[in-house]
Amino acid sequence: MTNTTNTRIRKYNGKRNRLDKPELLAPAGNLEKLKFAVHYGADAVYIGGQKYGLRSNADNFTFEEMREGVQFAKKYGAKVFVATNIYAHNEDIAGIEAYLLKLQEVGIAAIIAADPVIIETAQRVAPLLEVHVSTQQSIANWQTVQFWKEEGAPRVVLARETSMDEIAEMKAHVDVEIEAFIHGAMCSSYSGRCTLSNHFTDRDSNRGGCCQSCRWKYDLFEDDRPDLTKLVSEEEAAQEPALQPFKLGVTQLPLFQEQQNQFTMSSKDLCMIGHLPDLVDVGVDSFKIEGRMKSIHYVATVVNVYRQAIDSYMADPDHYQLKPEWIEEMNKAANRPVNTGFFYEEPDHEDHIYEPEEKAAPYDFAGLVVDYDADTCMATIQQRNHFKPGAEIEFFGPNGTFFKQTVGQIWDTDGNELDAARHPLQLIRMKVEQPVHYFDMMRKKNR
Amino acid sequence: MTTKPELLITAGSLEEVERFLKAGATAVIVGESIYGMRMPGQMTLADIELAMPIVRKYHAKLYVAVNNILHNDALKDLPAYLTAIERIGVDAVIYGDPAVLMTIRSSAPSLKLHWNAEMTSTNYATARYWQKRGSSRIVLARELNMEQVLEMKQYLPDMEVEVQVHGMTNIYHSKRHLVQHYLRHTGQEEETAKVGRDRKLFLIEQERQEEKFPVYEDENGTHIMSSDDMCILEDLKLLLDAGLDSFKIEGLFKSAAYNEEVIRVYREAIDAYAADPSGYAFRPEWMERIRLVQDPERELSFGFFYKEQMY
Ligand code: SF4
Repeated sequence: MTNTTNTRIRKYNGKRNRLDKPELLAPAGNLEKLKFAVHYGADAVYIGGQKYGLRSNADNFTFEEMREGVQFAKKYGAKVFVATNIYAHNEDIAGIEAYLLKLQEVGIAAIIAADPVIIETAQRVAPLLEVHVSTQQSIANWQTVQFWKEEGAPRVVLARETSMDEIAEMKAHVDVEIEAFIHGAMCSSYSGRCTLSNHFTDRDSNRGGCCQSCRWKYDLFEDDRPDLTKLVSEEEAAQEPALQPFKLGVTQLPLFQEQQNQFTMSSKDLCMIGHLPDLVDVGVDSFKIEGRMKSIHYVATVVNVYRQAIDSYMADPDHYQLKPEWIEEMNKAANRPVNTGFFYEEPDHEDHIYEPEEKAAPYDFAGLVVDYDADTCMATIQQRNHFKPGAEIEFFGPNGTFFKQTVGQIWDTDGNELDAARHPLQLIRMKVEQPVHYFDMMRKKNR
Repeated sequence: MTTKPELLITAGSLEEVERFLKAGATAVIVGESIYGMRMPGQMTLADIELAMPIVRKYHAKLYVAVNNILHNDALKDLPAYLTAIERIGVDAVIYGDPAVLMTIRSSAPSLKLHWNAEMTSTNYATARYWQKRGSSRIVLARELNMEQVLEMKQYLPDMEVEVQVHGMTNIYHSKRHLVQHYLRHTGQEEETAKVGRDRKLFLIEQERQEEKFPVYEDENGTHIMSSDDMCILEDLKLLLDAGLDSFKIEGLFKSAAYNEEVIRVYREAIDAYAADPSGYAFRPEWMERIRLVQDPERELSFGFFYKEQMY
């Protein structure tokens, strides 16, 4: 973790508009993730439906699941947004109206849209749906923010290339809600301005087909042919050796050496936990976490940390301290190197991931607490990953409640002792050293 | 129908403007990189002013590219720039960022607007949206297929539709300076000074050794370009029949001589069609002429016109 500050910089005299406290907006790749995100402290979640979203995924919500998600979130006072952020092609247009009406009917609070055809249709047919202009519009200046406000959008999601100072200027000029990504993986291109996947794999990135070609490896060369277009015929080239490179085009100089890392566009992930005061003070209204494809463990952990940090800062800005354990917590669910994106300085050569990436996060979600008996100190745990007696585990819940222990004896619900919790979703009973609650999570260290 | 579609090309200097118009282009796009995206050369306001008489001599049109993704700092001088362009009397401004629309409304209201959001100008309803806000033309995304391109005019009878017919396309634009970063990462600091278009850098993806993707940097970041040049010449008739208004040749990364030859060939094809639409047929020698000047390492392709894309 780099670039963390403990002290509060009173640089931005941000005035909040509409929202008196910044919103923590979390991704939810499916209904279960939605419940975790909300339970662990998100004020709002964004999800994908079956159509018009940029994550083509079997997990995307049906309308029924949306309805259930909305009901669930409501109990916590949280909202559900739907990403309808594709750039539509002609044949996509016909279904938009019906789809948006349905979103409105199931109680979705807002859509996140980039294509004006979707924005305009929503405003026309589904007035109860707020329209948030997506980061796919690459909004990077205050006049464009002003434009979308005048077009009736209550909120814009900024381009990820916007700096803290630029946000301050936008806030000074325009009174509209601003949502900014504060955590997670990023497109390294301007959003919407990448068709690598279209070219490499015939998958349309602006309609959800991105296959992350920016994370692939490339070799960088310099074309050393003297003139790319002054071409000659075979015969001419044969007669005049000096002309051969024009014809043959073999002259290329590598700008790398064997053993060196290859070229890539892959960027480090964004992480602003060290700079929450700046984000609050500059007036960002919604703090957005990326990661609809991420695990429950990741979403719950990251949301949990930001929730605590935001609450702590809002309760007492002057004595706010960044807690080292927040960062430790966050690192348990993720392993990618992080930075502060474009907020302070333009990313440089240390802000890419050139090295091969490790895959697994250091900890795994091992089990979910579904019941606890205070008299016997016995917890009922739903298995989420293999674990067995002797494993080092941690329990954590919303608000950062947290303790470590070693797994002792474990039983199934009929009281049979087990040598391991092998089966997904199997219910396990075990003794816990401190009280736990429904929805608390148990994680174990990966080897 | 024998109205000829416009034959449009990007130009990087006064000399190119004149040469391209002489070769048969009927419109040129110029600009400078602080406002315009990926221009083949810098044309200042003074250059644009000098270009106008040339353009008028050929009864052609001149459009100025103001299609960058703008950050706050670019807004300061934008009104003055657009006012000057309006005064010079150019035929239209090409834009993608709504800030340009806002500034034109307040500072240069008589300027015509062409909406070009590159990869994201993908459907007729969104074109109409920008039409209602004052745009007279949509520049179609290059990722559309033939069917989608051909039907555009049916939906947009009173809006001009521009389509690229030839040249390379941008496939990735980042604000990050990726080439410099890589060179620095691999300890080649001395190489970072030259990462512009002249350097002729390209990328090869591990699994695709045959394809070379040009890459370069300018003040707007890093641009990665297609490994092929699109060329719709064989099927130009379809586009002519469909009544599309403007055929664009992307001149970037090509010599003036190459671009001239491409213009001449398309000029002949368009003229042949206008003279006798029903008798028009593609002539193989047109393709041969282009092949003669084409870099053999760059495939002449149909772009996305006939590609099935999934998502
Ligand atoms: S390939 Fe990378 S930069 Fe391009 S759309 Fe996908 S994630 Fe974004």
